[in-house]
Amino acid sequence: MITEIGHFALILAFVVAVAQSGLGFVGAAKHHNGAMASSIMAAVVQFILLLGAFFVLMRAYIVSDFSVINVFANSHTAKPLLYKIAGVWGNHEGSMLLWVVILALFGAAVATFGKSLPAPLKSRVVAVHGTLGALFLIFILIASNPFLRQSPVPENGQDLNPLLQDPGLAFHPPLLYLGYVGLSTTFAFALAALIDGKVDAAWARWVRPWTLAAWICLTTGIALGSWWAYYELGWGGFWFWDPVENASLMPWLAATALLHSAIVAEKRDALKGWTVLLALLAFSFSLLGTFLVRSGVLTSVHAFATDPTRGIFILAILLVVIGGAFSFYAVRAPNLRGGGLFAPISREGALVLNNLLISVLAVTVLVGTLYPLFIDALSAAKISVGPPYFLSVTLPLAVPLIILMGLGPLMPWKRADLAGVAGRLKFAGLATIAVALGLGLYMRLPLLPILGFVFATWLASAVVTDLVQRSYRPGNSIGATLLKALSLPRATWGMALAHGGLAICLAGIAGAGLQTEVLTRLAPGQEFLLDGRRLVFEGVTSVAGPNYTAQRGQFRWIDSAGKTKGLLTPEKRQYPVAKTATTEAAIRSDVLGDTYVVLGEPDSAGAWSIRAYRNPLAPWIWGGALIMAAGGLLSLSDRRWRIGAPRKVSIPATAKIG
Amino acid sequence: MRWLYFIPVMIFLAVAGIAGYFLLSGENPQALPSTLIDQNVPATDLALLGDPSRLTATSFATGKITLVNFFASWCLPCRAEHPQLMSLSKQQDVSLTGIAWKDKTEDAQSFLQELGNPFSRVALDTSGRTGIDWGVYGVPETFIIDGMGKIRYRHVGPIMPQDMERIQAVLRKLQP
Repeated sequence: MITEIGHFALILAFVVAVAQSGLGFVGAAKHHNGAMASSIMAAVVQFILLLGAFFVLMRAYIVSDFSVINVFANSHTAKPLLYKIAGVWGNHEGSMLLWVVILALFGAAVATFGKSLPAPLKSRVVAVHGTLGALFLIFILIASNPFLRQSPVPENGQDLNPLLQDPGLAFHPPLLYLGYVGLSTTFAFALAALIDGKVDAAWARWVRPWTLAAWICLTTGIALGSWWAYYELGWGGFWFWDPVENASLMPWLAATALLHSAIVAEKRDALKGWTVLLALLAFSFSLLGTFLVRSGVLTSVHAFATDPTRGIFILAILLVVIGGAFSFYAVRAPNLRGGGLFAPISREGALVLNNLLISVLAVTVLVGTLYPLFIDALSAAKISVGPPYFLSVTLPLAVPLIILMGLGPLMPWKRADLAGVAGRLKFAGLATIAVALGLGLYMRLPLLPILGFVFATWLASAVVTDLVQRSYRPGNSIGATLLKALSLPRATWGMALAHGGLAICLAGIAGAGLQTEVLTRLAPGQEFLLDGRRLVFEGVTSVAGPNYTAQRGQFRWIDSAGKTKGLLTPEKRQYPVAKTATTEAAIRSDVLGDTYVVLGEPDSAGAWSIRAYRNPLAPWIWGGALIMAAGGLLSLSDRRWRIGAPRKVSIPATAKIG
Repeated sequence: MRWLYFIPVMIFLAVAGIAGYFLLSGENPQALPSTLIDQNVPATDLALLGDPSRLTATSFATGKITLVNFFASWCLPCRAEHPQLMSLSKQQDVSLTGIAWKDKTEDAQSFLQELGNPFSRVALDTSGRTGIDWGVYGVPETFIIDGMGKIRYRHVGPIMPQDMERIQAVLRKLQP
């Protein structure tokens, strides 16, 4: 009965989404206040209905209602509660439902929080959300309904893939979806602006916080996914250039470019057509990411949830949404006239270059991801594009991008003096050269890690230089300088954190190139050395988990004084219901890196094969990404998004529409 | 200059067209029949793990059915299909050959040490070239080769428990 209520709420949400779309567009075109208000109300109602449907499905998982086919196929009574809940979105139907719930969440958020938006713009944005919601709800109702029942009711379920049964992965999809779907708001703003035929500073200012919110979720989601791959796959890699990973990287790059181009649109009234294009592109990449990969067109490491039968339906939706938006762009965008002219050497010039580099980066990732598909279509040959391609094409783009990231923030708007900027960065330059010489001549590291550390140093010291120059005035004491630094706008600190986080992440990636690996076979009681660390293998015991049994090895890490520094307990788990085994690496993290131990197979003599890694600076990769996200959050909390200009500009805007 | 604005939609339509071609032609990669079906094994010359001899096309014409599995230590679905390969390795009617694709020797070795080795021989395709000759789209991918050295069946993606029936049917059909 409760399940049917959820099913009904889903159908009702579709009807409401259609109304939301129709009333919003018509109301905005005819300046009908009642229709526009109803559309905004519909956005909230649609979200409540979908949230209800989602909780009903979650309940079915929690109480293990196996009359629901979706629960039967993806859950089991022996599963811990957390993974029963995570199981809701661990499968195609459930993840689609989560997708529309989040879409409706953003629609409702614009409806609720967009108080300063001019009414027609707001109702058009909400109407675009309604249209998207309606399209995907038809798809769910017809082709991927999570509420279908079966009879007779089976006694138990078929479990979740044990590899996916992990806290990192349980929360990775919702965060990534928040990011992907969050870009729908930016997309809606872009379409509304094209309909309006007007992109101005106020529009750019409204778009930025929404983009920023989505960007924060994407950054965190990508970091979480890469962290999961790192500790679950058991060999210490963290990025595989897999289609699914690329699918999350492309919208992230587009959103990053958009964040920067929107600044130019806001401050200099330029790059309008380009900013609108990026806004459309970012969400299109998200759609490609979620659907092209899931439809089974591309096979991948993550290809558990593929289903070719739904492909056509999804492709039709993509044609309508992306094809429609780009066609509309082709017709309307030429009418958007740019305002200010600008000199190539200036803050905006640097941002244009930054945009070009990031966009080319996104396109190379797209080409690398789709290339196997094109080759397959054009000839009979099948190929796969691997890390060597991505490394060789992204590196030459990343290097100038990072150099520019150091220079850009120190440049003034309109016209900058390159020699002056270079002069202000002389300490950063000296630090960079010192690091390069130290690592190359003294420590004799390989080339790629040196490159990583050198550019991380450059970026970090440029960020510090920028902060110092903004807060230090000759003659001021250190205390006064610190006080001034603390009173800098949050957006300034946000940028510094985001750029600094990237520098830390870069150093972490460079550190991964210095991995030490030990492969050995040990009997209990024996020990081995890993990059100077003494690890004693104390034996293997059998343990039972909630829905698995495991063999747990114990390693004691002993320092030079003979004191225990820690215990590492890698496991090999067997999941009887899914008939699958997984390896759980034991990871001990400190500031300078990870000690990473994986338990292998025993031999007949009772010795175990053991694999251990020392991954220098590995935690910096995810730490850096989190700092970037924190920078985004700080910038989002800047009061200028909430007060000031939006209100100032919205008065003439509403007055004009009157 | 107006035509410039049509570039995004053109690119998208091209991508969508190709994706549509795949979906409509029913050629979804999961069930993609190989153009090599009923052909001889393509020219192959790979080093074997722990064996001085090499794996060549003639190594398959042994009179016994061979199941060739392309795998890699970095590949997640390979771990998922591993229990099925282990159970196939206990069967008398088929011998399993593993080809470690785009993988380091040590990594492939420890992958098998860790999960168990279902293969009677393991070849190393470090560059991935042989995989291209075989038409491998990604790992895991599995080929069944009859006793005459002809490819008779191709399975793309992991062999999950529900695929075993199909694999067993192919094996039964090929029994001399």
